Amino acid sequence: MTYDVPVAPGESADIDEGTELSAEPWPMWEVFVRAHRGLSHVHIGSLHAADAESALQNARDVYTRRGEGASLWVVRSSEIHSFDPDEISGYVEANEKVYRLATTYDIPDEVGQM
Amino acid sequence: MSPEERFDAIVAAEDKVEPADWMPEAYRKTLIRQIAQHAHSEVIGMQPEANWIARAPTLHRKAILMAKVQDEAGHGLYLYSAAETLGVERDELQELLHRGRHKYSSIFNYPTLSWADIGTIGWLVDGAAITNQVMLTRCSFGPYARAMVRICKEESFHQRQGYEILIRLCQGSAEQKAMAQDALDRWWWPSLMMFGPHDTDSTHTEQSMQWKIKRVSNDDLRQQFVDMTVPQAGYLGLTIPDPELRWNEERGHHDFGEIDWDEFWAVVKGNGPMNRDRVEHKVKAWEEGAWVREAATAHAARKAGRTAA
Repeated sequence: MTYDVPVAPGESADIDEGTELSAEPWPMWEVFVRAHRGLSHVHIGSLHAADAESALQNARDVYTRRGEGASLWVVRSSEIHSFDPDEISGYVEANEKVYRLATTYDIPDEVGQM
Repeated sequence: MSPEERFDAIVAAEDKVEPADWMPEAYRKTLIRQIAQHAHSEVIGMQPEANWIARAPTLHRKAILMAKVQDEAGHGLYLYSAAETLGVERDELQELLHRGRHKYSSIFNYPTLSWADIGTIGWLVDGAAITNQVMLTRCSFGPYARAMVRICKEESFHQRQGYEILIRLCQGSAEQKAMAQDALDRWWWPSLMMFGPHDTDSTHTEQSMQWKIKRVSNDDLRQQFVDMTVPQAGYLGLTIPDPELRWNEERGHHDFGEIDWDEFWAVVKGNGPMNRDRVEHKVKAWEEGAWVREAATAHAARKAGRTAA
């Protein structure tokens, strides 16, 4: 099956963004799931909901229908601040500081596992 | 390295493009369009199946079908979320669907006339979807690929429950088997149409494959699907309605007949048996749910006020 949109001869393939909406959409929430005890919560997706309570209810229905989660977090997407090292040139050149890596030190075999 | 070179390098290295990365505008637009159409398909796809929830033959089958339809809603949501990372609002995309500006998979413009159709949809329609979606787990856009991994896990249940319905019908009375054959007769060709136009007529394929949004061409996926499905039909003792279908020893694949492309384009353009009903029903459900959305918003505002006070 293909999800490319077939364009019939004579049809326009343009998408139309910026459509006016009749009501303000609910805010977006990011959903984090802890799959098993002992693991961290991992980001799994997002959803829209009016408030935290309904966001949690929806998250439970959408993301844990098959017992995938031992615990759920929801966070307003607008409350997440991000930083991407790739975007800043000259940010810590981790690769130049190889002395931080354990494998750069020579330990004689006789010493054994270290 | 220029942003464009960086993008090309990510794609070439089989790495994933993430929403914050620079990407060509055409790549972004292609993805929005494709992910939205995919999401709309999941949501509209609930209708032909929901048509049989109240008439499922047993309580067990009813529970299964409800779970499946609920999964489709979830798939729609994962996909709208993936589209939203590209800077569009879900409600905006939905509005475009309601206005007939956005499409969804044509397969859902065919009616579900008998219980055997529910089995056949699971077997063929979900089977065709899996063929495509497994490929899409390797798509170059991270959020789309991740949504596909989740969807594929759940899709397997959909296909197996459908095939099992057909096993029961084909092992049942002569009437039940005839019902299964009738369903296959009606769904076979539309299922092959799901893979889209021939590669030579597909406007998007080449660019999408270059960007690694798409990894396998329409015709190759269709061939894969036919080869996979023929023995499954054989096990059921059903006949695929294509007199030209035969094994080609030399190619190592099945040869099969030509799709009725006039029918394909007619349905794409909105003239299938159910096009109007599907969108009308979707709009009606959205409008009738307005009070629920308003009430939830009002409740949230009042609660927030109380906490602040």
